[in-house]
Amino acid sequence: MSSPVVEVRNLNKRFGEFTAVDGISFDIERGEILGLLGPNGAGKTTTFQMMLGLVTPTSGSIRMFGLDLQTNREAILQQVNFSSTYISLPYSLTVEENLRVVARLYGMSNIAGRIDDMVKKLEMSEWRNKLTRKLSSGQMTRLTLAKALLTEPKVLFLDEPTASLDPDIAHKIRGILLEERQATGLSILYTSHNMREMEEMSDRIIFLQRGKIVAEGTAKDIVARFGQADLEEVFLKLAREQ
Amino acid sequence: MAYHRIAALVIRHLYLYRRSLPRVMEIIYWPFLDLVVWGFITVYLATFQGQMPAVVTFLLGALILWDVLFRSQQGITISFLEEIWARNLMNLFASPLTPSEFLAATMVMSLFKVTAVSMVMSVCAWIFYSYNVFIIGLWLMPFIINLVLTGWIIGVFTTSLIMRFGQEAEVLAWSMVFLFQPISCVFYPMEVLPAWLRGVAWINPAAHVFEGMRGLLATHAAPLTSLSLASGLNLLYLGAVIVWFHHTFNVCKERGSLVRVGE
Repeated sequence: MSSPVVEVRNLNKRFGEFTAVDGISFDIERGEILGLLGPNGAGKTTTFQMMLGLVTPTSGSIRMFGLDLQTNREAILQQVNFSSTYISLPYSLTVEENLRVVARLYGMSNIAGRIDDMVKKLEMSEWRNKLTRKLSSGQMTRLTLAKALLTEPKVLFLDEPTASLDPDIAHKIRGILLEERQATGLSILYTSHNMREMEEMSDRIIFLQRGKIVAEGTAKDIVARFGQADLEEVFLKLAREQ
Repeated sequence: MAYHRIAALVIRHLYLYRRSLPRVMEIIYWPFLDLVVWGFITVYLATFQGQMPAVVTFLLGALILWDVLFRSQQGITISFLEEIWARNLMNLFASPLTPSEFLAATMVMSLFKVTAVSMVMSVCAWIFYSYNVFIIGLWLMPFIINLVLTGWIIGVFTTSLIMRFGQEAEVLAWSMVFLFQPISCVFYPMEVLPAWLRGVAWINPAAHVFEGMRGLLATHAAPLTSLSLASGLNLLYLGAVIVWFHHTFNVCKERGSLVRVGE
């Protein structure tokens, strides 16, 4: 059996007296989609930011592709990307200009061809020359997802990737992500507040509460363990205990 | 250091200039206005030519060289602010881009601004006041290089403060350089400063550049001492502020504030 693509061990992050992430450990296998669930303030964003090298852990380790993130930042981040509903790309550039800059930043070859493919795949052709500031929130979400997939990552961090999309586009996006996983062995760490989506997308789910992992397993396992009707009920139960 | 990542960031900034009038004005309009105002003052003072020899050469030359320093600093700091305003820092620093490559890209942008502004000012000075900036001769190059380095030092230092203290420190992008102007002795010799301030000016590399320029114009002697002092101080300070920038970057990552700069 191959070793996990992502290995997180005893990860801690304290901001003064406040503990945002409290000794969490998990793995992500090649081609696996791991759902990260938890109420606001549970430590999801801090975990994401530590895994992207934007926040330094207080203790613990993050390894990807067998390398330690602290000492191999460039090599790891070359193979990783992210998309978040809460992050945009520069407003004063057009959609295509933004994608060109990202492709150059990651040293991609055949930039024009890759952008054409991505624009087609995410149905962005009509507004590829539009200024980013003029995009709707749904279009912006698709652009940040295009930016993330353009660099052909092996690990993708997705923070509510379908939050502002209409159900049709959201369904298509989920389809594209599953296709990418199938075709390339892409591993995904996924957060969403849409429980149906989490059940549909995630091979496995970890549930964070006050920075700790309080449940881990398939959606079915977790629902059964907490004796609830579905994942939403589990979420409500745990969130209200916080 | 990966050059394609530096190039990506430079291209990202050049895209901004393609369709932004305010950004183009920063390169043409403000330097031009500066030159017009100071040009008229200089023309007026030139009527006292007997009492104040070479006043035109001194003042216009000093003004153009001061703008080199000012635009060099702005090139660094404004490039960083552009990323804050665009909320793009997370995209950049979650990519393989290193802090050194980020700084290198801002330095390239700084050179781009300095070149553009210097050309605009030199051409305007020649057209409107028949002033030839190249009167200083080949010594102009080491003067400019040293002023660019001083601009980078102030720019990197200011950028570190903005990264550390966030939005409240943004005003420093425009004001910090003027803190250095009185002790840069741009328009007057160092000897007019009070003794205690002369000591402060002496450790400012820009002051040696302007002293050197005046000395060169007045006596035609090679400004080797001034240039050596300016270069030595510049290299020392530049090394120190780059270390300081990296330290601040790491502190911000530890505090989790890097992704919240500007909020």
